[in-house]
Amino acid sequence: MEQILKIDNIEKYYGSKSNLTKALNGISFDVARGEFVAIMGASGSGKTTLLNCISTIDRVTSGHIYVASADITKLKGNALNRFRREELGFIFQDFNLLDTLTAYENIALALTVQGVKPTVIEERVHKISRKLNIKNVLQKYPYQMSGGQKQRVASARAIITNPKLVLADEPTGALDSKSARMLLENFDHLNKELQATILMVTHDAFTASYASRVIFIKDGKLFNEIHRGDDTRKEFFDKIIDVVTILGGDLNDVI
Amino acid sequence: MMLFKLSLKNIKKSFKDYAIYFFTLILGVSIFYIFNAIDSQTAMLSVSESTHELMKLMTQMLSGVSVFVSFILGFLIIYASRFLIKRRKKEFGVYMTLGMSKGKISKILFFETLLIGVVSLIVGLGIGIALSQIMSIVVANMFEADMDKFTFVFSSAAMIKTILYFGIMYLMVMIFNTLSIGKCKLIDLLNGSKHSEKVKLKNPFICIAIFVIAVVMLGFAYYNVTLGVTNIAEFTDVIWQMLIGAFATFLIFWSLSGLLLKLCMSIKKVYYKNLNMFTLRQINSKINTTVFSMTVICLMLFLTICILSSALSLKNSMTANIKKLAPADFQVAKKYDLKPDEVVGDYIEAKIADSKISIEETYQNMNVDYDRYFQDAVSFYYYHSPNITLRSSLGSYIDEALKQFKYLRVDTEEDIVKISDYNRLAKLYGMPTYSLEENEYMVIADFNNMVELRDAGLKTQPTLTLNGKTYTLKYDTCQDGFVEMSSNHINSGVILVPDHAVHDNMRYRQFFVANYKANDIAAKKKMEQELLAYDYSKTTLSGSSKLMIYEASVGLGALVTFIGIYLGIIFLISSAAILALKELSESSDNREKYIALRKLGVDETMLNHALFHQIAIFFGLPLLLAIIHSIFGIQTADYILSTIGNEKLLSSIIMTAIFLGLIYGGYFLITYFCSKNIISEKE
Repeated sequence: MEQILKIDNIEKYYGSKSNLTKALNGISFDVARGEFVAIMGASGSGKTTLLNCISTIDRVTSGHIYVASADITKLKGNALNRFRREELGFIFQDFNLLDTLTAYENIALALTVQGVKPTVIEERVHKISRKLNIKNVLQKYPYQMSGGQKQRVASARAIITNPKLVLADEPTGALDSKSARMLLENFDHLNKELQATILMVTHDAFTASYASRVIFIKDGKLFNEIHRGDDTRKEFFDKIIDVVTILGGDLNDVI
Repeated sequence: MMLFKLSLKNIKKSFKDYAIYFFTLILGVSIFYIFNAIDSQTAMLSVSESTHELMKLMTQMLSGVSVFVSFILGFLIIYASRFLIKRRKKEFGVYMTLGMSKGKISKILFFETLLIGVVSLIVGLGIGIALSQIMSIVVANMFEADMDKFTFVFSSAAMIKTILYFGIMYLMVMIFNTLSIGKCKLIDLLNGSKHSEKVKLKNPFICIAIFVIAVVMLGFAYYNVTLGVTNIAEFTDVIWQMLIGAFATFLIFWSLSGLLLKLCMSIKKVYYKNLNMFTLRQINSKINTTVFSMTVICLMLFLTICILSSALSLKNSMTANIKKLAPADFQVAKKYDLKPDEVVGDYIEAKIADSKISIEETYQNMNVDYDRYFQDAVSFYYYHSPNITLRSSLGSYIDEALKQFKYLRVDTEEDIVKISDYNRLAKLYGMPTYSLEENEYMVIADFNNMVELRDAGLKTQPTLTLNGKTYTLKYDTCQDGFVEMSSNHINSGVILVPDHAVHDNMRYRQFFVANYKANDIAAKKKMEQELLAYDYSKTTLSGSSKLMIYEASVGLGALVTFIGIYLGIIFLISSAAILALKELSESSDNREKYIALRKLGVDETMLNHALFHQIAIFFGLPLLLAIIHSIFGIQTADYILSTIGNEKLLSSIIMTAIFLGLIYGGYFLITYFCSKNIISEKE
């Protein structure tokens, strides 16, 4: 399998010499094309820092991150922005839809900033919205949509640019359990049918159980890693819970 | 003390929010001081008596205007502080959850207002006192006083007035703040910023309909004040047109946002380019929520442009006119052969007797040493005849004229002057002379509106019948010229006829025009004072002089200019400040959106472009409409002021544009850079 993401011994330190916080302390792992990876850890374990470093919102102190064999820790300024808009797709916890734009426009925005032609934009937005079943909300504004609809619109915006990697930060954090389940089915669909590579950060075992692989982080270090293989989701969930129990701390927030 | 510290820290912390507010306050205070200090600035200057009288009038006018100005500034300050409170709801919510009472929060606000008030007063007064020194040079220049003895002038009266007026304004702010805090609920305070915006999209067809109605209304008002202006008899009619215009302005802004969006949406190449979609939606929601403010701002800008350009052009034309229109040193006139019922006051018999003799003889009776004072003297008469009226001069155009100008008084007798008399006068004035054949006559005039009317009448070739003889027209237009000196073009028409056409028994009014026998201004001034000291009570002489016209006119010019600039600047800073405050708070409300866009990988330059376009359109729309209004408004002002003169309109419009560019443009740039700072702040 082709490697999409390669994390090579990255470290991220905060603070001064006298009061050093090692948010990431020598983490390495790979993600192959078409994988659906969940990163789990307690609050303060460094999972959000990791995501921020991959998404180039934050910079690593040492180590390298390769996306499709390009070292993104070396990128600067507008090259960073171009990387972000062409190679990555984002799904935020609070959706981050622009409330003055309709769903259609929110999705189209990801393409307009890339300079895609209007006719192409129209075609692609309609295609993706058919796949995600949001055709009927396209002309609605965010305040007129349910949480689940917003999340699907946000997903559509994340993948319409055909990014190499979709990053999701606590995607179910703001959803009720029904919407959360719908979103995760949706991720599954993105991953299986649309071949999107997804990297998701969560502290919730149920959410993580939808992934094909779960990476556990504790105190900025890699703690464990389990593959789903041919397990059913229930079996995989139990395995995750086992690790969480070992992991201890405050990561016992399970459904 | 604890609360005071909190206030101090709050101001320091939110200095960026306050900066524009603060800046506007300082500007307001200093301008207020400068214009109220003109009185004492000028008291130090050595100016003549008559100018001094004018300055008194000016001071009174300016203090009257100051009351009006303080109302505008008061509204601005209250608006701005309410705005800043709204932005800090969450902060107050946190204080309240920590157990602070509403009273204490009000106290914090009280200290803040006090602190800002005191600091802005001190700084503003400092700047005002410094700038007023420059102002006194300007004033001296305008009144042509000598600046040899420049002294530092400080007006304690103006300072006390400034402190008093602004003190009252700040007190009002404190009351309003306390009231608005008292009404708040904790839950609203805490969640104040979380309300997601509801986008109301207006029905495009209604928008188009309203827009068309508004445009028609505007067109109607525009027509009435320009082409249809001759039907306007009173100033209230103009006010009506302005009200129609104001309402139409509101409708235009109401419909514009939806219309603009729809229009751009239909041009997909534009709509789906870069962040245009986002920019347009932002502008749309901004205009939607601020229709009323936009209208007010647009109207204020409109008034600013009209007031400034009219005031400046008035001043310009006054100075320019005087040189041409008051070419001789001295002019005096009296009515010939008064009837008893035309005389008022004392010495009626003496006055009647005096009216039957020439002006030279009057001076002899008064023991004025005629030869000592005057040279190049010209004396002549106006002749009147009951059948030579404006009606007869307009010929067959009369019906049309009456239809157009309902208030035209067509039965007034015309002033007639012998051509030889006029030519002697014209030589003295340095103007072209004319010659007439035996049976010809002509008309001179320089008051634009009358020239137009008379020219239309002259086209019909009216003939003139005097003492049984008929005269035909030499020129079928009015020729430029005047008989009586004045500060403006107000000669509404004088008929010139061959000398034999009039008889002595038609004499109506007698004139005497001359130069002083002196070479420099000082000597002329001295002579004039001596002449004015004689006893005129037994005569009906009335006169004017170059010096008098000059002083009155310069003074009036200065008065008009000062009031114009004063109001103009206040209007301008008020409207710009409101826009700036709105925009800045929008920017901080929208920070989240920009962060999201950045995460989507939008370039900084693209973000800044989007921001720039938003602010530019937000500032530009009211200005654009105001400029369109002004194109018509200035013409109306022009018409109203045409009696005084309105030459050099272009240069004053350019001056106005510079003013506007500096202040409005300055606010625009500050807003842009501050907003850019706000949106580029990291989380």
